[in-house]
Amino acid sequence: MKNQNTFELIAKIAIRVAVVITLGVLIFLVGFILVKGLPYIKPSMFSFTYNSDNVSLMPALISTIIITLFSLLISVPLGVFSAIYLSEYAKKNNKLVLLIRVTTETLSGIPSIVYGLFGMLFFVTFLGWGYSFLAGTFTLAIMILPLIIRTSEEALKAVSDTYREGSFGLGAGKLRTVFKIVVPSAIPGILSGIILAVGRIVGETAAVIYTSGTVAQIPTNLLMSVRTLSVHMYALSSEGLHMNEGYATAIVLLIVVVLINMLSSRIAKKIGGSL
Amino acid sequence: MSNKVKEKFMSTVFFTAALTSVLAVGLICTFLFGNGFPAFAKIGPLNYLLGTEWSPTDIPASFGIFPMIVGSLYITAGAIIIGVPIGLLTAIYFSHVCPKNLYKKIKPGVDLLAGIPSVVYGFFGMVAIVPLTGNSILSACILLGIMILPSIIGIAESSLKAVPKQYYEGAIALGAGHYRSIFSVVLPAAKSGVLAAVILGVGRAIGETMAVIMVAGNQPRMPISVFKGARTLTANIVIEMGYATDLHREALIATGLVLFVFIMIINLSFSTLKRRTNQ
Repeated sequence: MKNQNTFELIAKIAIRVAVVITLGVLIFLVGFILVKGLPYIKPSMFSFTYNSDNVSLMPALISTIIITLFSLLISVPLGVFSAIYLSEYAKKNNKLVLLIRVTTETLSGIPSIVYGLFGMLFFVTFLGWGYSFLAGTFTLAIMILPLIIRTSEEALKAVSDTYREGSFGLGAGKLRTVFKIVVPSAIPGILSGIILAVGRIVGETAAVIYTSGTVAQIPTNLLMSVRTLSVHMYALSSEGLHMNEGYATAIVLLIVVVLINMLSSRIAKKIGGSL
Repeated sequence: MSNKVKEKFMSTVFFTAALTSVLAVGLICTFLFGNGFPAFAKIGPLNYLLGTEWSPTDIPASFGIFPMIVGSLYITAGAIIIGVPIGLLTAIYFSHVCPKNLYKKIKPGVDLLAGIPSVVYGFFGMVAIVPLTGNSILSACILLGIMILPSIIGIAESSLKAVPKQYYEGAIALGAGHYRSIFSVVLPAAKSGVLAAVILGVGRAIGETMAVIMVAGNQPRMPISVFKGARTLTANIVIEMGYATDLHREALIATGLVLFVFIMIINLSFSTLKRRTNQ
């Protein structure tokens, strides 16, 4: 009996310690960056031009927003259409469907640096786009594709078959059923996938550094080299000259992440409520 | 009739979109193998994979990536040693110990941990971990151990929750304590899910780039001790790609190829395990 109690006690303590470490790390990380960075969030950090005296994060912030929008513009239609095919049209156990599934799973496992290498070899060199906004956008679009496909497919599959049957029963064709009934009911799920994708793009460094390059400027055409916020942060910290601005940039990145998490949990609640 | 054409047309569009993944994987393989393979041939696969000296700018240059393979393995192993116990215990807390309303409050914290960009982790490592443990393997292990926590917690938690309640109740009925029941009955039942979590952690750790570069020191030599620096495969690519030309460049792409093959093996075991868990 005594042994039993000792085990219970040790397990109880070990589990608590682990939880305290997990949450402690989070609080420490966020607190550390906030304390060190808040004094350096100044209007000059948001100036529209970047130079060596004022390492403004504004060009990087704007580039990040535009690159995110363009990547989504490519990836969302492709991803949602693939998901529609996989969930509504594909026959089970078809060899080609299996191949599509396997390759999608493969894509989701590839580390970002390998995407970066591929983007550099294909878009930058082979297609001759150079380090450019466009090369980065396409690389990121491929990177988030599996995420969009998976979340959209899950959302489409979660739509009850009675909806489809009802629509067919009223005489609607397959296409009309998909666009008027199935996709609208799956919108929250698809949206949560898109939000996750935004998070991945904003946080990505390794895949953009050798495709978009590192020039801190606001893009005015598709072949200009730009840096995203994460690349900006890496540049600041590897140069080591502007650590304070690095902290400030980290705060901006953290704010974006918190916003994304809040949005996606709100949508998750909505999904939970509607089903 | 026009409806029929529209139906046919759109189903072709959906199908074509679905082929994008196949095309992307095809292109990635073609370009990685096409550009990386010549280096294997020129350097010799054994010299390349098992050579212990990496000095691409010397004359004659040597291209041995064994130090980086070992570096990646050490750092990944260290991250697993640190991340798995903490992650697993936290997952047990979430699945069997934590009261519901407390869970609602702290689970978003773990989600936040999952969303923090690796460059922010790297920065944090640089300013908070490196001053204590130096630019070293140890720093990289600690940082990566933290970074893989959310994925381990996520998978382990859901597989622990999937264990039927009767298992736990049966153990309690036989007189085992709360924690004894969890550790001796529930945990073994969730074994393959837990293993899948570990493998996912390995994949994350071995593929991580930016955070590692910022804390690991990146010396391209055989790792000597955990308190000294080492370079990973991922770091090797990012650090030298900016100025590499010719064979040096090809050798770096081949490094990406080696990484790609490692990851494929890991993913394959992950999806096999996941399938087994689902059955």
